[in-house]
Amino acid sequence: MNGVGFPLLSLVTWLPLVGGAVILSLRGDEAAVAANARWTALWTSLAVFVFSILLWVDFDPANPGFQFVESHAWMPQWGMTYKLGVDGISVLFVLLATLLTPICILASWESIKSRVREYMLSFMVLETMMVGMFCALDFVVFYVFFEGVLIPMYLIIGVWGGPRRVYAALKFFLYTLAGSVLMMLALIAMWHVAGTTDIEVLLHTTFPASMQIWLFLAFLASFAVKVPMWPVHTWLPDAHVEAPTAGSVILAGVLLKMGAYGFLRFSVPMLPQASATLAPLMFALAVIAVVYTSCVALAQTDMKKLIAYSSVAHMGIVVIGIFSINEQGISGALFQMLSHGIVASSLFLCVGVVYDRMHTREIARYGGLGDRMPKYAFVFLLFTYASMGLPGTAGFVGEFLVLVGAMKINFWLALTGSLGMILGACYMLWLYRRIIFGTITRAELKAMLDLSPREMLVFAPLIVMTIWMGVYPSAFSGFWDASVSAMVAHHQAALASPVHLAELVAGVLR
Amino acid sequence: MLIAVAVFAPLLGSIVSGLFGKVIGDRWAEAVAILCMVVAAICGVSAFVGLIYGGAAPSVVLLATWVESGSLHVSWALHYDALSAAMVAMVTVVGLLIHIYSVGYMAHDDCIWRFFSYLNLFCFSMLMLVTADNLVQLFFGWEGVGLMSYLLIGFWYHRPSACDAAMKAFIVNRVGDLGFALGIALTFWTFGSVEFSSVFSTVAAHQNDTYTLFGTQLRVLEVIGFLLFIGAMGKSAQLGLHVWLPDAMEGPTPVSALIHAATMVTAGVFLMARFSPVMEYAPYALGFVTFIGASTALLAATIGCVQNDIKRVIAYSTCSQLGYMFVAAGVGAYQVSIFHLLTHAFFKALLFLGAGCVMHALADEQDMRRMGGLWKKIPVTYAMFWVGSLALAGVPPFAGYYSKDAILEAAYAAGTGIGAYGFWCCLIAAFLTAFYSWRLILLTFHGKPRADAETFRHAHESPPVMTVPLLVLAVGALVAGFTFRDQLIGEHWSAFWGSAIFVGSGNHVLAAMEELPGWVSAAPTVFGLAGIALAYVFYMVAPQVPALLAAQFRPLYLLLLNKYYVDEFYGAVFIRPLRALAKVLWQVVDATVIDGVPNGIASLAQDGAGRSSKLQTGSLAIYAFSMLIGVVVLSGMVLLMLVMR
Repeated sequence: MNGVGFPLLSLVTWLPLVGGAVILSLRGDEAAVAANARWTALWTSLAVFVFSILLWVDFDPANPGFQFVESHAWMPQWGMTYKLGVDGISVLFVLLATLLTPICILASWESIKSRVREYMLSFMVLETMMVGMFCALDFVVFYVFFEGVLIPMYLIIGVWGGPRRVYAALKFFLYTLAGSVLMMLALIAMWHVAGTTDIEVLLHTTFPASMQIWLFLAFLASFAVKVPMWPVHTWLPDAHVEAPTAGSVILAGVLLKMGAYGFLRFSVPMLPQASATLAPLMFALAVIAVVYTSCVALAQTDMKKLIAYSSVAHMGIVVIGIFSINEQGISGALFQMLSHGIVASSLFLCVGVVYDRMHTREIARYGGLGDRMPKYAFVFLLFTYASMGLPGTAGFVGEFLVLVGAMKINFWLALTGSLGMILGACYMLWLYRRIIFGTITRAELKAMLDLSPREMLVFAPLIVMTIWMGVYPSAFSGFWDASVSAMVAHHQAALASPVHLAELVAGVLR
Repeated sequence: MLIAVAVFAPLLGSIVSGLFGKVIGDRWAEAVAILCMVVAAICGVSAFVGLIYGGAAPSVVLLATWVESGSLHVSWALHYDALSAAMVAMVTVVGLLIHIYSVGYMAHDDCIWRFFSYLNLFCFSMLMLVTADNLVQLFFGWEGVGLMSYLLIGFWYHRPSACDAAMKAFIVNRVGDLGFALGIALTFWTFGSVEFSSVFSTVAAHQNDTYTLFGTQLRVLEVIGFLLFIGAMGKSAQLGLHVWLPDAMEGPTPVSALIHAATMVTAGVFLMARFSPVMEYAPYALGFVTFIGASTALLAATIGCVQNDIKRVIAYSTCSQLGYMFVAAGVGAYQVSIFHLLTHAFFKALLFLGAGCVMHALADEQDMRRMGGLWKKIPVTYAMFWVGSLALAGVPPFAGYYSKDAILEAAYAAGTGIGAYGFWCCLIAAFLTAFYSWRLILLTFHGKPRADAETFRHAHESPPVMTVPLLVLAVGALVAGFTFRDQLIGEHWSAFWGSAIFVGSGNHVLAAMEELPGWVSAAPTVFGLAGIALAYVFYMVAPQVPALLAAQFRPLYLLLLNKYYVDEFYGAVFIRPLRALAKVLWQVVDATVIDGVPNGIASLAQDGAGRSSKLQTGSLAIYAFSMLIGVVVLSGMVLLMLVMR
């Protein structure tokens, strides 16, 4: 189908919205609407997932460029087109989004009881926005999807969230919006130079050195919030704690990848000189993120908050990988993004399982669950270890490749960036020990049921992915090897070109 | 192919007994696990025999691609040479014996299938470690055994102490693993590969490469050697990172025998031998290895002399013996270190399993102060303890005599200052080893029974399923020394080891060992016998002496009893400050400082909005006036910009 002209990406992008329209038109008594909404959402998202598998099958890994490209005139007078396409960097994130959505719907099957129709509708809209964002090949289209993600996510946290949901939702919205305004400015500036917003053209446009630093900082403002990087990370723990389980899953699984994806799509390839100049700043922020948030995670008393802070630390490793700008570093960053998408999502689902039964996330209220819930203990153990980067699980490959990539830059970067290996073991094992190990002391815990068949169904694909990615990672990294090599080569060629650092700095000072 | 079957049979056993253990029941889970170990042991031993006596060639069994990125290629592959074949044979045989022993020891537990699944998975990880063909796969096995060690130490997860010990073991190991991982990355950037054959074949070409660290140019091979040894220190419980091993005794005793004596903890020694082609070019790193090894051998032995828990005495003894092995590796006698590793596996597993039999007899009592007089009650175990202790103390003709003697000779023969340090530390440690071994035997089996009468009356010999493995190990502890000595460390060692162990052109330690003064070879045995004699005096002839000494030198006694306060030191320097820091970063920096900015802006906006809404008074005059001000400011700005142009 590749190149035949079948608009596969548009189908995958917009199909969820069609499902959403069906859900919107449901009428009848509340229970029937709820049931129909659930099933419609599930089938739609499964259909989307099946279609997206075609991407996996038909994608040509040897081709570093964009594939499945669709282009339609939109606002030709301003050089804007409706253009979609994927390359090795983005294709697997489309799949990640389409895989996690049905899992989220299944995970919300029983825990969401009010306004089910609106909830499912939000998820359908969210899926369209996420997929569209990873497929967009026009900056304006990208911007629309990038911002569009905020709306359903804002609603999911603000309507179906916990007690402090309004504060968390507003904080989430304002933080991300504030950054995006600066990205809008960068967008206009780039359009001014290139005369188009076509990403493929922008990738091969050389921006004046004096401009690059400013553009980079504008992008940084937007993407750093999304990653999130230290010190603009504090919206994340609040958002996670208040969001419903499925909201956390999408937040950790896909939304956090948007910032890092932005770095890889825009900052690094379009602004090579600025990326090289400001890499030390990025390393510093990332290392602080790893060490600082790992420490903060140690002190947490709320399960979700602990995992939220661990996410910040893991994304710090991604940033180190991206800005080491060598094949191992970027490949490791991409792998870490994917594996974090699977593993952190699974950990939030694990929290959701006990939250559904006990309605508390307070770690101290648990203990000794291993006795009553052996299956749960096993699943939780697997993802705990994957989160700590045990070889043979998904978490190892990314961390290891980033470590290798960072070692190329500097020994101390590799050392401090890897302190997460030790601290991660501390907070994850401490969490596991307090929840699963020990003896059951509370009467209400004695009645806890082990995983239900529906919950096993939710975890099964994630377990398979975690082990598959750990044992045979080339099946995944093969998708982006060509694109990453091309990006690294492009970067080195750009640095070798006559724009010198001194000029860069002078440009800033002017 | 035999080696592949040996490696993967335990994995199969673990999956079957782990996933279906609840369905098929404990008996079948046990049977499957043991059957898989039998297959593994048969294949493992055949692979070893085939290589050494059958003329099979060393080879690499390529299984699949693992990690690929740019020029980094990592495969799943099994390395089959003398070193890995010897380790595979040892791990599968000792592993099988301990599996069988566990049938009896764990008979009254309520989660037997889980235990056997873990044991199988441990054996698989250990086999992956020793057959790794590249550093990353070695790291896979390395972390895998760490995980299984965590799960098995915490097997009785109802006990808080077991949970704490499990966590401590994993986290302390992770500190070492960080060094190891950095070492792997540096190896890749130095050699362009992590695969053993390509690394080792280009070592000589890189011997003068430098790496800048701490502002100075260091030889990169030294840096790699140091980093890898930091990993080895964690796994092999060497001084500084040894604190987890004694606590790991919280696990079931078969686990202590298998993981914390015979196999996993020796992984660090194995790593040094495997990396001999690199270590040979890193003399400073080797000196450090000797220093740490020798210090550990001595200090751990001193602690072992005053402990009262039977398993902890043996645990410190393990620490100390691992130190011996590192001394050998550090002076360039890798063959000797592996020789001691193999003999130690037999006699230390024997001692641990024997301790398990004692505990079995006394209703899980571990404190030697509540034992005594048991020798008539459990004569087989008693005899086994004698065999194990004679081997440990290095009394001829037991296995330990040959291997331990060789270590001391190698340290002396190295002829360096650090070698002499190693020699003297090990010599004193040999005396202490014999002393605490017989202290253990005399306290446990002789003297008046100190257990309560009821327990003592019920003390009984273990069933054959437990004693037969002991007998097999005892045979190993008796014959492994003189059988393998000539092959492994004799004149023709290279016929046995082939290219598995490399020694530099200037390294003649093994040859020099043959021409030492007579007293050097005799000294360890003499010191050992002296230690036995002293223990006899202290605990049989004049039992009041130890208490008197403890009272007389109370500070020293407390220092040893509290293990030099290392745990307390780490608690004060690392753990408590880290906890406090975590609290401060969270509640002060995150919640107050960082969140203070957006929250402050938000309340500012709210305040400002409230104030400015008060301006809307409805008075036309005020509106007109403010509009006027606006017009003036705007036009002023436009004018200003025009002028500036």
